[in-house]
Amino acid sequence: MMASSYNAKDEDGHHPGSVSSGGPGAVKSKKPDNTAFKQQRLPAWQPILTAGTVLPAFFMIGLIFIPIGIGLLVTSNNIKEFEVDYTGVDMSSPCFNCAQNYSWNSTSGCTCSVPFTLDQPFESNVFMYYGLSNFYQNHRRYVKSRDDSQLNGDKSSLLNPSKECEPYRTSDKKPIAPCGAIANSLFNDTLELFYNHPNGSRIAINLVKTGIAWWTDKHVKFRNPGGINNNLSVVFQDTSKPVNWHKAVYELDPSDPDNNGFINEDFIVWMRTAALPTFRKLYRIIQKKKDNMTPTLPPGNYSLDVTYNYPVRSFDGRKRMILSTISWMGGKNPFLGIAYITVGSVCFFLGVVLLIIHHKYGNRNNNADIPN
Amino acid sequence: MTWTNPLTLLRQGWTRHWNPERPVRTVVSNLPFEDLKKREQPNRQYEGNAIKTNKYRLWSFIPMNLFEQFHRMANIYFVGLAILNFVPVVNAFQPEVALIPICIILALTAVKDGWEDFRRYQTDQQLNNTPCFIFSRKQMCFVERRWKDVRVGDFVRVLSNEIIPADILLLHTSDPNGVCHMETSNLDGETSLKQRKVVPGFSTLGEPFQPHTFDSTVVCENPNNNLNLFKGYVERPDKRRTGFGIDSLLLRGCMVRNTDDAAGIVVYTGHETKSMLNNSGPRYKRSKIERKMNTDVLFCVVLLFFMCLIGALGHAIWLESFPSIPSYIVPDSNGNYTPSVLSGFYMFFTMIILLQVMIPVSLYVSIELVKMGQIFFITQDVELYDEELDRRVQCRALNITEDLGQIQYVFSDKTGTLTENKMVFRRCSIMGTEYCHEENAARLAVINGANEEEEVTIYQQTKLPSLFPLEELQDIHTGDENQANAQVTAANQRRSREAAGAQSDMAFSSPLETVVVPDRKLMLEVDREMASIQTGPYLDFFLALAVCNTVLLSSVTAQRQRVKGRRSSSYSGGSFHNMRQWFRKCGLGKVFTSMRFFKRRGETLRDPFSIDEDESDGFHSSDVSDATGQKDISSERKVKSGLSGSEEMCYEAHSPDEAALIHAAKAYGFTMVERTPHYVTVKLPDGALLKFEVLDILTFDSTRRRMSIIVRHPHTKEIIMYTKGADSAIMERLGNVFTDMSQVYSEAKQTAVKTQRDLDMYARNGLRTLCFAKKVISEQEFRAWSALRQEALSAIDEKEERLMETANFIESSFTLLGATGIEDRLQESVPETIQALRRAGMQVWVLTGDKPETAINIAYSCKLLEHEDLVFTFSTNRKSVFKMRVEDTLGELRRSTLSPGADPQFRGYSSAFTGPLMEPSIGLVIDGSTLSMAMSDELVEQFVELCKHCRAVLCCRVTPLQKSAVVKLIRQKLRVMTLAVGDGANDVNMIQAADVGIGVSGQEGMQAVMASDFAITRFKHLQRLLLVHGHWCYSRLANMVIYFFYKNVAYVNLLFWYQFFCGFSATAMIDYWLMIFFNLFFTSAPPIMFGIMEKEVSDSTLLSLPELYKRGQHSEGYRRSTFWIAILDAFYQSLVCFFIPYWTYNGSDIGIFAFGTPMNTVSLFTIILHLAIEIKSWTVVHWVIMIGSVLVYFIVTLAYSAICISCNPPSDPYWIMHKQMADPMFYLVCILTTVVALLPRYTLHVLRGTLAPSPHLRARQLERLSPSHREQRIREWRGLRDTCISPSPSA
Repeated sequence: MMASSYNAKDEDGHHPGSVSSGGPGAVKSKKPDNTAFKQQRLPAWQPILTAGTVLPAFFMIGLIFIPIGIGLLVTSNNIKEFEVDYTGVDMSSPCFNCAQNYSWNSTSGCTCSVPFTLDQPFESNVFMYYGLSNFYQNHRRYVKSRDDSQLNGDKSSLLNPSKECEPYRTSDKKPIAPCGAIANSLFNDTLELFYNHPNGSRIAINLVKTGIAWWTDKHVKFRNPGGINNNLSVVFQDTSKPVNWHKAVYELDPSDPDNNGFINEDFIVWMRTAALPTFRKLYRIIQKKKDNMTPTLPPGNYSLDVTYNYPVRSFDGRKRMILSTISWMGGKNPFLGIAYITVGSVCFFLGVVLLIIHHKYGNRNNNADIPN
Repeated sequence: MTWTNPLTLLRQGWTRHWNPERPVRTVVSNLPFEDLKKREQPNRQYEGNAIKTNKYRLWSFIPMNLFEQFHRMANIYFVGLAILNFVPVVNAFQPEVALIPICIILALTAVKDGWEDFRRYQTDQQLNNTPCFIFSRKQMCFVERRWKDVRVGDFVRVLSNEIIPADILLLHTSDPNGVCHMETSNLDGETSLKQRKVVPGFSTLGEPFQPHTFDSTVVCENPNNNLNLFKGYVERPDKRRTGFGIDSLLLRGCMVRNTDDAAGIVVYTGHETKSMLNNSGPRYKRSKIERKMNTDVLFCVVLLFFMCLIGALGHAIWLESFPSIPSYIVPDSNGNYTPSVLSGFYMFFTMIILLQVMIPVSLYVSIELVKMGQIFFITQDVELYDEELDRRVQCRALNITEDLGQIQYVFSDKTGTLTENKMVFRRCSIMGTEYCHEENAARLAVINGANEEEEVTIYQQTKLPSLFPLEELQDIHTGDENQANAQVTAANQRRSREAAGAQSDMAFSSPLETVVVPDRKLMLEVDREMASIQTGPYLDFFLALAVCNTVLLSSVTAQRQRVKGRRSSSYSGGSFHNMRQWFRKCGLGKVFTSMRFFKRRGETLRDPFSIDEDESDGFHSSDVSDATGQKDISSERKVKSGLSGSEEMCYEAHSPDEAALIHAAKAYGFTMVERTPHYVTVKLPDGALLKFEVLDILTFDSTRRRMSIIVRHPHTKEIIMYTKGADSAIMERLGNVFTDMSQVYSEAKQTAVKTQRDLDMYARNGLRTLCFAKKVISEQEFRAWSALRQEALSAIDEKEERLMETANFIESSFTLLGATGIEDRLQESVPETIQALRRAGMQVWVLTGDKPETAINIAYSCKLLEHEDLVFTFSTNRKSVFKMRVEDTLGELRRSTLSPGADPQFRGYSSAFTGPLMEPSIGLVIDGSTLSMAMSDELVEQFVELCKHCRAVLCCRVTPLQKSAVVKLIRQKLRVMTLAVGDGANDVNMIQAADVGIGVSGQEGMQAVMASDFAITRFKHLQRLLLVHGHWCYSRLANMVIYFFYKNVAYVNLLFWYQFFCGFSATAMIDYWLMIFFNLFFTSAPPIMFGIMEKEVSDSTLLSLPELYKRGQHSEGYRRSTFWIAILDAFYQSLVCFFIPYWTYNGSDIGIFAFGTPMNTVSLFTIILHLAIEIKSWTVVHWVIMIGSVLVYFIVTLAYSAICISCNPPSDPYWIMHKQMADPMFYLVCILTTVVALLPRYTLHVLRGTLAPSPHLRARQLERLSPSHREQRIREWRGLRDTCISPSPSA
């Protein structure tokens, strides 16, 4: 039957000439083009998924994934990380009092000092984060509540912020700059780190507050209105500060004009809303020592001095300070390494199972179509 | 001439106007009112002739199109969602963006609709402005106007080859006989000419038409769409009424042919014309998959509802869990906080917006695109192209391609579908003597041989004679000339068939049908009778053959022009002039060729064209002068030798039977040379012409199953009725009492008995039988009957019944003349096709109007029934008998099939691959009357059950209505997918009743094709259409739909899982634009390509293993379980795609959209690679589209996140993608997640492929083998199916 159908095809190939020449007039034949595309005969690769054909793939995945996983795990384990919870939930906690007395409106900051000990030295640059738990920065309405063009230095948006900022759009009939709930809830604890030298002296560790935001954010996305060299207090004079803020936006870092106003890096970091309710945000960078001989943070006793402003008790939140070195894969996270090792092993195991199956059943398929 | 008082007419018009219930339309001439205002026109309430098929106007396009589009549920859903976006409390991110998808979809559809509509508008304009001639009273002549100016009541003149602008009642033609020919190919595709007659009493010969003298009122029925029915009467001022029917109506859109000009009064215009009323546009059918899909869409809606409910509850609970309101909960603009319950309630709607993609927006659009692509490929298939007719397969229904892959029952017509419907005269029986026409059979054998081994035999002269089995025939081949002729006949066979097909106006006129080699014995008999008595049953028989039909004459080349210079009233001279013309035009070469065989054979046979003058003298002297006769014949000879077959006279028959019969008569020298409404002229073997006056024609209908013509013999002047019809219709009406003489009576009876015996023999041999009878009617009897007949004709109420009564009255007491057996040859590859369909698990039923014997014979020859089959025949008139038999049979069957696991359908399937069909195959033959009993309420269940057991069912003698009733019954009772295939008008009902209707464009016009969903040219194409294209379309679409559901659920669930980590606040971690683009651009092309181009098993394998078709029959490609597995897989994959990134980034400083980017990318990879697992064959197109989609994703995302600084608040996408892509973690996450997400499916595929390969997989493996190896495997496969082997493949 197949042979006959091929014959028909050949015949069709010959015919049109004779027919059209003998046919009445030069009527265009409706015969479809005999092209590979139109006849659905394009050359095709037709993989068949059987144990035999995919075996190498499984072993390959296994062999690639396991080393990657080990590498990741090792890298992750080499990263040093230290966390201090200074929320002050416990009575024993130094910040307990501050946590109790808190309100957004309190003008004078409550301070507390949390001691901690590092057992291991932190080499290279150390990144200092503040971490919040149970803080839903990803709440839909919260995420919405900002005006990007205002933050980008747009004058009209400065004086007439987006509707999305409601109800943090105006206060006292003046537009709020920066408007919106995100800006309004800016993290405003001040963290300072001191190394308690064994000789009793208390050495303040130099915390660098620039370079913590994305370069593009700082230089492109966020801009102060009216250019760089303007006096910010003049630019912002017709605006009012967010209701929860203690100081206006142009007072965020008066010492450094490149870190003031909308381009204040703490502010920029906060504005990049976190994906998950437990998150950390980069706060400061402790740069490694010039001499390269002593570790950035030698082991020993430290104390964290906190100006306790930020309320988290209302939502059972926690505040943490995190010190971490980082690697090419970012912060410490053993998950990916373990996952790679697991998946690699599973693939390897499946490969073995398939090998057995292939050995037992695979030949049958190649030799006989009908299994007995 | 009397003018009807315009006032009375006005009043009539008024009452008519106020009485719309009246089922008739009255039309008067517009001419008396020509200058009056519109208000005073008598026919003003009828529409004008301008047509408007476009739906929209420029200003109303947008609202109307939108309104139409909103008739689709899906569109309403999406618009509803878009509106929901603008409700403030749901806190949509960017309501405007939400409008984009629906706008794109609506706009695409609107553009498509608008373009189509514009095209319609253009053609309308073109039609409306076509010029035509309308009579003007002022100028007293026909003036040129436009079609749109034509009004009801106008007089319009149409010239030859012009298209008729409206439905016109024919009042005048240039033809002296008052006829006008019309070609209806624009209307129904039939190319044979139709004859129309002037309304009786209006044909004024030779005079110019004077419309202004028309003072009658035309009363006719209201507009309807029946092309074959029209009735009414013309009422003269003196209340005389003349009836008319469809044969006086010129239909809009048809073309006037062979007539210089025709004129008449317009009765229907514009949209009320029959052609416009028939123009119902493309058909909309819903395919099985689509119905199933719609329920699955509902499942998705339910799922969506649950997910939103979870979101709403979760949000409310989450809010409640806080001791006081945290700072990240944003109050409304007044600074108030909504209560948590209310927030939860609002959240439900916000969730709907967020998760709306769950209901696949693009699914409907994609399916339409995919079907367009599928149809493109079907119509492009070279193997379904018919060289002879230059016709491809047509897909007339655009949305049921995949139904072709799910057919379980095939209902086929026999004539013209299984058979060629090219009728070949084979044998006849005259007065009880059978003439078997061996020579003719031998000729057909030659043609068959030539057809089968064309290339080999055609030009090999030596081989031919050996094909003649009869010695006596061999000797006629001694002459070179004859041999050459015979060969040319055979060799030309195929080619001229092609030519005939190419210009298909030569219906039923291939040499196969036209050339009949006469039987020698019969020829002698005829000659004897001609020579001696000039009358007798043989002559009568052939006269009946030549006269009793409705065949028209035309010539091939001059066919479409009028033949000028036709006769005047005097007969002899004119007729010879006429004759000569005919012969010059046609040459009749073929007939002559066959005739000359006999001349060569010595003295016993006479050349029919060398007229013995003595013989013809006495009889024909009054009409034919010998001299002219002789001269004419010699001129004929010249013509014959001079002209080749390039010009040919054509019989234009409506049915191939008639053509075959008239050619048979011609072979014996009885040539019908002219037919007008009033005369039929037959040329006798001796060259004399007999001009019968036609008194009446009782046309064929399916209830009477016979036709009669009443003529007056030119010499004896007696009124003779010739009747032909089905044997039952004639035999029961034979006049047993036509004579008192017992001897004659017994003789007649004996003839009848013998003839019946011959008829039975014919039927057993698969021939179609017709009986011929004659009746001599006395003058008084006829006159009395004629009066009745006229009355019936002009009746409007119950016209049909009354006509039937009169016909039955006159058609009785026949004298039997004889019977004919006509062969209808099987089309090529019919048995193979039927076998393949059966092997594919389809039940094939044949429904035919033929006799059971004929039908059974055909059934055997086309392998519908096999000789080892158990065949039950039901043919009884008694219900009780039938009931008993059905019960008996059923009981027996139940006992024999009570094997374990006995659902016959599924057993059939599994056995196709594991074991054989153990039960004996059963055939059922049932005839029409029994069938109607079987379909009665009390028996129908048993009948259906019986049918379920049968391998083949053959229904004989069924009416068109029964055909459709059977299809509907099976379709409804068994809930199966049915396909009906047929070629004629009698199959239209069946085609429309079935799920898929297939029309075979063949010999019997185009009605079947017009009603069908797919039109093919040969029955054998069904095999490829179903087994290859149906199978492909089904698997493709099923897989694509499943994939679409999977894709959307997988993607949406990502968002859903995120809700658990954002306080159920309906935040999306993926940028809104990217989310929209994801469905619209990044992942839309691959599934569409998958739906159009996927090819699991190649066509050759599908054809050689029809068993593979069963997957579609049992809907295995798309079951509820398949759907749920896909949904489960989607859930799993979305879990993986969410949680691997989640655990990777948990606790880190990652931002929302930076968190969403790897997820989006991972889903893209998963979704694309998921498809890659499913794609079974990768062509260049696949690679380009798959890789292209991924590239487009990265390019668009990178560009977007580079440009958009603050353009799309709040999504904040600036530089995120770049940042991510610079991070090695991103790639590690993507790779791991994709692997984990796809691992189960991949492994499952592999395991299934190894441990329990599906038939399709095994077929794919076969394809890798070398051809010879493959053949062997396929044989083994089949062989194993047929012999018993232990089941359970995965032991």
